[in-house]
Amino acid sequence: MMDPVSLPPLSRIAICGGTHGNEMSGVHLVRELQRQKMEKVGSAALTTVISNPCAIQVCRRYIDKDLNRCFTDAILSSPVTGDTPYEVRRAQELSALLGPKGSVQAMDLVCDLHNSTSNMGLSLITYFNQDPLILHICRHIQRKVTLAPVRLIQLDTPHSDAYSLDSIGKHSFSIEVGPQPHGVIRADIFNIMKEAVDQTLEWVRCFNSGSAFEGAEVDNVYIFVKSVEYPRDPETNHVTAVIHPQLQDRDFCLLRPGDPMFLTFSGDTVKYEGEEVLHPFFVNEGAYYEKNIAFHLGRRITLTIPSLQMKGH
Amino acid sequence: QFSCVIRVAIFGGTHGNEMSGITLVNLWIKNGKEIQRKGVETKPFITNPRAVEKCTRYVDTDLNRAFTTENLSAPSGDDLPYEVKRAQQINEIFGPKGSPDAYDVIFDLHNTTSNMGCTLILESSKDHFNLQMMHYIKKAIAPDSCPVLLTEHPLLKYSTSRSVAKHPIGLEVGPQPQGVLRSNIFESMRVVLKHALDFIELFNEGLEFPPCSVDVFRVWDKMDYPRDTNGNIIAMVHPNLQDCDWEPLNPGDPMFQMFDGTTVRYEGVGTVYPTFINEAAYYEKQQAFVTTRRETLVAGAIKKA
Repeated sequence: MMDPVSLPPLSRIAICGGTHGNEMSGVHLVRELQRQKMEKVGSAALTTVISNPCAIQVCRRYIDKDLNRCFTDAILSSPVTGDTPYEVRRAQELSALLGPKGSVQAMDLVCDLHNSTSNMGLSLITYFNQDPLILHICRHIQRKVTLAPVRLIQLDTPHSDAYSLDSIGKHSFSIEVGPQPHGVIRADIFNIMKEAVDQTLEWVRCFNSGSAFEGAEVDNVYIFVKSVEYPRDPETNHVTAVIHPQLQDRDFCLLRPGDPMFLTFSGDTVKYEGEEVLHPFFVNEGAYYEKNIAFHLGRRITLTIPSLQMKGH
Repeated sequence: QFSCVIRVAIFGGTHGNEMSGITLVNLWIKNGKEIQRKGVETKPFITNPRAVEKCTRYVDTDLNRAFTTENLSAPSGDDLPYEVKRAQQINEIFGPKGSPDAYDVIFDLHNTTSNMGCTLILESSKDHFNLQMMHYIKKAIAPDSCPVLLTEHPLLKYSTSRSVAKHPIGLEVGPQPQGVLRSNIFESMRVVLKHALDFIELFNEGLEFPPCSVDVFRVWDKMDYPRDTNGNIIAMVHPNLQDCDWEPLNPGDPMFQMFDGTTVRYEGVGTVYPTFINEAAYYEKQQAFVTTRRETLVAGAIKKA
């Protein structure tokens, strides 16, 4: 039995969209919150942010550099020159607005909105730091959202090496909804993301009004183990295969040794030769071709979370 | 009407982020055995290499709108947009458009984010050769379907890269996100092309194809998203319409969902058959979907002279 945790109320929270300029659900959801002039969530102040306006303008993931990799301490403190990429400047602006990262003034909670071309349903992505507040939010979303399967993904990066926008906040997570092509807005995907954001804000209201959240087990949690690259021709370096039809769209399924992974253009099957049964996710994400990632593999775990209540209640 | 050796081109990468055609053409440039047919010269060709390199639809302007008479006859110069220069080069190699020296057949390979399946695009209702080919392909892949989109329209027809040929055929396969290669989409495109080339080989060998009728969807109108005064979209394709390409849309049916949840309904006069529903590349062309009407075209008998 874990000791109960008490934490101060969340007084300043932020919802960010358009960190990648062609991931449309977050762009339009944030714009809709701004149109409705949503500025308070119960006793908390809400800040809504359009993260990468220049990339949104041209409907591209980024202008110079992936904004969601620019929030390391090193990049945030690097001096700005004439050659500084647009996204590095923007990351420093966002850190000043929502942070500074690691300081007392930083937002209590940052939630960043993303889409994927992968069939990942609703995925909640966090760093592996066992933050009970974030885990309770995720559990709440898992229990309340019915429009899509809900999974938690834990990155194996320690918070000190965190590189994503959400890591500016004292508490942080990303909401990833797919499948949706980049540059497209689908109503069903938008509705899923809206439900997730609504439930997040509902949880904040409850927490800030003193509700107690019982300790529990959280299932459907996948911790990142490794990435798998596309097979390439050793001479030309061209990709020689496509995600196998039996793996395509089957994010979070079981991948056993001997299961198909890729189908080469000449018709051969490339099989998974690892020893451990793992779960693929981000299968065939369009933006990951340039990072040479065909999919990630994760280990399924169950987390135990302590009971949680607002301090001073 | 046809030269002794039928000259066929297969275009990929007219849009640099539509991956099935790019992948197939690159494979066939390396090893063209699969596309060889007796008496047919088949040339696989990447039409927009700079866009393919950047994995973007186009560099300066949409190549698949660039083959206008004005562009093709413009004096060549460095200040022309990249795609206009490229259109002139393509017209020289595979055209000139409208002349007897033009290629006989060009297949232009495209992907769409819309749920259009394997759609064949026909530019002229009087192209009996193409109608016979499409009839042959539809029969060959049955029970799977292969809708035919007829883009003959006084205002909405556009000047495609394939239009330099005497018999242009568009192959539009979806749904597939831009920049992504899906195995099932790739294989579908490959199979349709196989049947198309088989037809050309049979024709070239002297087989007579008797008169036939082909059901087509003729382009009728285009529908934009509701927008605010700044031009930003304020609604999405309704969940009831999303992915329902080629299905009837009746007056009163839901069409768009506003971001605040309210429904906008279709208020046209009669039933239409929407397609290109929620194509990523068409947001900037002010098109949420294209409406079509069903028609049956009759193709006369054809036989190589």
